[in-house]
Amino acid sequence: MDKVSFRMGRGETLGLVGESGCGKSTLGFSILRLIPPPGRIVGGKIIFESSDLTAKSESEMREIRGKRISLIFQDPMTSLNPLMKIGDHLTETITTHINITKEEAVEKAKVLLSNLGILPERIADYPHQFSGGMRQRVGIGLALALDPDLVIADEPTTSLDVIVEAQILELLKEMKKAYNLTLILITHNIGIVAEMADRIAVMYAGKIVELSDALSLFDKPLHPYTKALLKSIPNIKLSEQTLESIPGMPPDLLSPPKGCRFNPRCPYAFKECFEREPELTQVGKDRFVACHLQG
Amino acid sequence: MVSLRVYIARRILLSIPMIFILLGVVFLVMRVAGDPVSAILGGHAPREQIERIKEQLGLNKPLIFQFFDYLWQLLHGDLGRSLIWGQRPVLDEILEHFPATLELSICSFIISIFIGIFTGVYSARRYNKPVDHSIGLYGIVTYALFIPWIGLILQLIFAVYLGWLPTSLRIDTLMEPQTITGLYVLDSILTLNTPSLVSSVRHLILPSITLGIYLSGIFTRLTRTHMLEVLEGDFIRAARARGLPERTVIYKHALKNAFIPILTMMGLQFAMLLAGAILTETTFSWPGMGTFLAERILYRDFTTVQGTIVFFAFLIVIVSLVIDIIYVYIDPRIRY
Amino acid sequence: MASRLSISRLIVSRLRKLSPRRGIEYCFTLIGFMIIALIVSMALLAPFIAPYDPIKKVGELLESPNTRFIMGTDGIGRDIFSRIIYGSRIVMCVTLLSMTLSFLIGVSFGLLSGYVGGKLDSIFSLLMDSMYAFPGLILAIAIAFMLGPGILTTSISLTVVYIPTYFRMVRGHVLSVKESLFIEAARAVGAKGKTIVFKYIFPNVIPSLPIVLSLNAADAVLTLAALTFLGLGIPAPTPEWGADLRTGHFYLASKIWWPSTFPGLMIVLLTLGFSLFGEGLNEILSPRLREGV
Repeated sequence: MDKVSFRMGRGETLGLVGESGCGKSTLGFSILRLIPPPGRIVGGKIIFESSDLTAKSESEMREIRGKRISLIFQDPMTSLNPLMKIGDHLTETITTHINITKEEAVEKAKVLLSNLGILPERIADYPHQFSGGMRQRVGIGLALALDPDLVIADEPTTSLDVIVEAQILELLKEMKKAYNLTLILITHNIGIVAEMADRIAVMYAGKIVELSDALSLFDKPLHPYTKALLKSIPNIKLSEQTLESIPGMPPDLLSPPKGCRFNPRCPYAFKECFEREPELTQVGKDRFVACHLQG
Repeated sequence: MVSLRVYIARRILLSIPMIFILLGVVFLVMRVAGDPVSAILGGHAPREQIERIKEQLGLNKPLIFQFFDYLWQLLHGDLGRSLIWGQRPVLDEILEHFPATLELSICSFIISIFIGIFTGVYSARRYNKPVDHSIGLYGIVTYALFIPWIGLILQLIFAVYLGWLPTSLRIDTLMEPQTITGLYVLDSILTLNTPSLVSSVRHLILPSITLGIYLSGIFTRLTRTHMLEVLEGDFIRAARARGLPERTVIYKHALKNAFIPILTMMGLQFAMLLAGAILTETTFSWPGMGTFLAERILYRDFTTVQGTIVFFAFLIVIVSLVIDIIYVYIDPRIRY
Repeated sequence: MASRLSISRLIVSRLRKLSPRRGIEYCFTLIGFMIIALIVSMALLAPFIAPYDPIKKVGELLESPNTRFIMGTDGIGRDIFSRIIYGSRIVMCVTLLSMTLSFLIGVSFGLLSGYVGGKLDSIFSLLMDSMYAFPGLILAIAIAFMLGPGILTTSISLTVVYIPTYFRMVRGHVLSVKESLFIEAARAVGAKGKTIVFKYIFPNVIPSLPIVLSLNAADAVLTLAALTFLGLGIPAPTPEWGADLRTGHFYLASKIWWPSTFPGLMIVLLTLGFSLFGEGLNEILSPRLREGV
């Protein structure tokens, strides 16, 4: 990732969209400073409610994780401990952060589960006894258990089939309202963010190439990549349609092309695009784009 | 999903052919591969003596009959009779020596698990750092430390030169506690016999450290390998993302998951334990099944040697059966 | 021949891929190799480097290490250093003999059993798996007991213990290759089947061979020493490390440490040599091994 920068307001949902490997998940993890070695944060600040997360110690971060900022993982099968009951996952998280008795934690867990659409008796079941969708509900529950200020959802529906995906998105919408969530929704599926996000950030090859409010983005996309992405969504209303895909492959992040990283695949690329990397610049009220065409 | 009881029943039934095959192997080796008579008499002996022994052991009959006799006897718990001294039933003599081996095994096993698991976890957490490589080296070295030699070095240092601990045997003479379990340490505690307790513990230290170190090498390696695998898993990252303290993540989440594949290797461990116990006991003159076997080998006591090996075969099958059953209980994915 | 060329090309390309990062593993392998080489030379040059005849009394009983006998003398007045040197011959002889035999037998049976399949395969696998389940030492004790003492009989005991290892390894490879090539082989001319199987199995097996041989050799050294330590295997005056450890052990309580410590040290050293060599090689080659051909 390279010089990524954005702001979020409370109660807002930011959709973070991009191809696989563009760094969006890494962005999510780096907020919680959970990047696995050999990766690490080399510079910059993460300001969360007026304090810089990059300056915090590991134990301070641990207090924040799960309680004030939490994560919803992509694959609910592998993100739950197969040897632990669902209820134990929840009570463990709760008792780690709040000083209440086990019984009280169990009660909280049961309430949480029923809010998520799971029968409270299933608190004693193991992850493998649940279906994929149910497991993801548990994953959401784990993220919401302590009423966090920020929730980062890393591709929460990617490993689910379409029908279950719709259910989970509904659930997320409900929870968003109920908890007044501030949500970062990371996905490669631009259709999901259309429903859920207030603002959208489009990432390509480790950089944010466009950042704007959702309506404007869909109405009038500015960056060539965004335009191409939107064009590649099939339109159910059209009777015939050629699916357009973006030719070429995303660049190797270890040796990106000179200039704008999108230049090999950009149909509008001109001389400047091969020489200088465009900066993310503001081009309107809450509209930012990193492209020489605009700036 | 198969119910638990059916699974256990099936597993027990599976042990039966296993035992037969092992018994077959033992039989093949003891009756077919070599000549029992020369094993007993050592080559040149008068004709009548050879014939007498053959008669006594039923070696005259065709092999098939011998095999059936052998199985028939085993079914009745008859492991034959010793060829020396009072011709006592082999089973009785084995059972007399069994508690000593059991006590040594339990102690060594506990030591090896302790060392093995802690070093394994430690080195997995510091993957590819110098500590990891040193611990890897530890694993290799402990395997190469020939048990009689390391036992000998420990005896030299702690018993002969420093005089802190005894060189051999299980307890000072005439200090055996009253027999309840046959395990001296346990019996001493149960009968509140302090001098016995002290003496038996002192005698237990060196042999169990010797055997324990030898076994710990494999544990270290196993633990490290499986911990590394488990630590790659998503749920570990998810646990950290929930703010759980690192110690909980490592021990409660990772180790528990890593332990299951380790458990399946325990059967192999038991085989190593038996072999190692034989060597440890002979080095420290520890009066268990190992010393017993070694002694009877020297005396060419064919039936006892055969019987002891058969006993070992049974032990192995039973232990692996128990491990498989424990495994089923521990892993909820199988139970539910 | 084409297949020989491709195999050597494969080995060379594998060796080229070895990254220089793995310094420690190189160290291991190198040290292991040096130890093995040292002891092999010891064995080969024994008559030239041993100062005394190992089975003759040449000094006082139980002399402590001094300038005449650098490792002292044993309970019969024999020079321990010479016994150590000649002992290496026995160890290397038995180890190499049993390794070679178990390899040849195990591999051939494994190939046969895997290729032929069916009832033959089931019977062999069953036999081999049960032998494998038995602790090696105990099996070796049983066989050595029955066959009596001697170099040949001891080698046979060890051979039998390690046959299942090679059998299983090779059979596994044959089966996996059979699975993947079966469809293609069915389409090709019938006779080609055998050659294809051989051509594809050997490259798969060869890289792991030095490792398995090495680690087995380490185990064999220990098992041999254990056998002689228990009184089986090699008869009396022949210098052998395990046997000498045994006889030397009696004098321990009187602080006479040299008759047992030196032979034991040699056992540990040789085992370490084989282990380091094998493990080091394993670490170096393992990522490639997992990738397969």
